[in-house]
Amino acid sequence: MRYLPLVWASLFHKKTRLILTLLSLTAAFMLFGLLQAVSVLFSSGADFVGANRLITQARVSFTQPLPLALLPRIEAIPGVARVAYSQFFGGIYIEERNFFPQFAVDPERLLDAYPEWVLPDDQRQAFISTKTGAIVGRKLVEKYGFKIGDKIPLKSFIFTKKDGTRAWEWEVVGIFDGKDEDWAGRSNLMYLNYGHFDEARQFGQGGAGVYIIRVADPNESERIANEVDRQFENSPDETKTQTEKDWNLSFARQIGDIGLIVTAILGAVFFTILLVTGNTMSQAVRERIPEFAVLKTLGFSDGKVTALVLAEAFALCLIGGLIGMTLAVGAAKVVSGLLNGSPVVVQPVVWIQAFATMVGLAVAVGIFPALRARRLQIVDALAGR
Amino acid sequence: MTTALVSIRGVSKRYTRGKQTVEVLSHLDLDIASGDFLALMGPSGSGKTTLLNLIGGLDQPSGGEIRVNDQRIDTLSSGALARWRARHVGFVFQFYNLLPVLSAEANVELPLLLTDLSKAQRKKNVAAALAVVGLSDRATHKPNELSGGQQQRVAIARALVGDPTLLVCDEPTGDLDRKTADEVLTLLQDLNRNYGKTIIMVTHDAKAAEFATHRLQMDKGALVAGEAA
Ligand SMILES: Nc1ncnc2c1ncn2[C@@H]1O[C@H](COP(=O)(O)OP(=O)(O)OP(=O)(O)O)[C@@H](O)[C@H]1O
Ligand SMILES: [Mg+2]
Repeated sequence: MRYLPLVWASLFHKKTRLILTLLSLTAAFMLFGLLQAVSVLFSSGADFVGANRLITQARVSFTQPLPLALLPRIEAIPGVARVAYSQFFGGIYIEERNFFPQFAVDPERLLDAYPEWVLPDDQRQAFISTKTGAIVGRKLVEKYGFKIGDKIPLKSFIFTKKDGTRAWEWEVVGIFDGKDEDWAGRSNLMYLNYGHFDEARQFGQGGAGVYIIRVADPNESERIANEVDRQFENSPDETKTQTEKDWNLSFARQIGDIGLIVTAILGAVFFTILLVTGNTMSQAVRERIPEFAVLKTLGFSDGKVTALVLAEAFALCLIGGLIGMTLAVGAAKVVSGLLNGSPVVVQPVVWIQAFATMVGLAVAVGIFPALRARRLQIVDALAGR
Repeated sequence: MTTALVSIRGVSKRYTRGKQTVEVLSHLDLDIASGDFLALMGPSGSGKTTLLNLIGGLDQPSGGEIRVNDQRIDTLSSGALARWRARHVGFVFQFYNLLPVLSAEANVELPLLLTDLSKAQRKKNVAAALAVVGLSDRATHKPNELSGGQQQRVAIARALVGDPTLLVCDEPTGDLDRKTADEVLTLLQDLNRNYGKTIIMVTHDAKAAEFATHRLQMDKGALVAGEAA
């Protein structure tokens, strides 16, 4: 402890270089914390804990529709509270940059499956009874100024109408909100009445992209998911049932092996940081060889001098690492917001990895300068040899 | 001669460069009594620094014996020698060799970090050492905020703070102007006279040597003349 002021002061030997090195370390560890957090999220295996909603899609691909005929068989499974179905509509509102997701749904079933959406009772009734009706989320209302009674033109890039056009029109009959801030943040979508959608489309009648299953008891969700998939095993419509969270993530997973990408990026980053910090440390020691010679003259042992240099490397890596990880925690919150509710948090395991990296980095960049300081011969160093 | 504080017998120092071996010191004998202020003079390359480093335990001789306070130091391991230096020797160099990132008081405290003195005790000893060299009011200054003479006085305080048996100074005024040099030399003289410190000082400057109690001349690795103790 008594050597701490000495280590601390030595760090500040060259202020500009210290700051630049710390900035590099900070940036690297911020990236590390954030990417590892995302990676852990994506690589997490099927996690049914606390899941009260399951999504069933066709086993081959979510773009493959499932027939509505599966509905009664899913409903018959014990523990299933409510089943809804949903078809991604793929509509463009006026121009392409105005993209927001729309889903054709059975109104009653959907609203039962998603109690997180709140809307007045009369609007709920209107959605059920209006075949060309639609409800829009609060965030869309804020963005586009939709009002009840508006007729919204949507050009679907998937579905053609029987009249051969792709121009659909939906009447706003309700505006829904999230039950809390989190859900309010996700309300940038629109639900269309499946009735009119199914009647008017040219192909694919009687099918839906996914089933949404609300389970009565979250503890039962894993069993129910397995049960659903077993029901349709070896049939033409094999299914894959996941929790809602895993299903959301599976979109991102299609981009590629996130874990591998993250590892590659971090590998490159830390290789660079190793060179930057290693250079800083070796310069810091090379410039101060006469100072280490003085310390040895005063009676500092070879071991103490080695420890002082290593301590300096540790201090450098820990300061940069801790600032970076703290920033990563903040950045993770921002990313969570962007990912629409998939919580990206810097888990304890990431902190442990980060500490291990800081220690490893400190040893890697500190060991050779430390040995150099250890080996120096006092009389040679004092004479500038 | 058992009263000598430093006793050097038949000491040699050879350096080997490639196939060539240079004998820098050859079979040198020297005694330095406790309480001496010895000035070592001689032409450049005559081996003054080499001898001083051997006496101060910074280097080991190639042959011969060196005793300080009746303890053989030429046979100590490098770790034991480091501990011995910390306890018995204070060093002053031509270029002060202070740590630039540390304040004057932190520089003076360095040798005490190796002792088991408490923080308060260390602080007290540092203040006392700075008072002896007349720099109490500069305790918190960094070396680059001090003049050359002041830096050298801080270095002397650092050499003194552990209350060493021996003060070893290699051209302590080599980088100072006449007036400042005289101040530093007066300080060393005072330490010798009033604090009983044994001092061995290498110098090129005959006027500096006047401050010492004894003077010795070296040439080509041997003592040639002077008034030995
Ligand atoms: N490590 C070494 N390797 C080879 N030669 C050395 C080494 N150290 C000292 N010498 C040689 O030993 C001789 C004496 O050196 P030393 O430094 O003791 O001289 P000095 O009397 O202190 O000279 P100066 O007055 O210039 O400081 C010189 O010729 C020097 O080149
Ligand atoms: Mg010399």
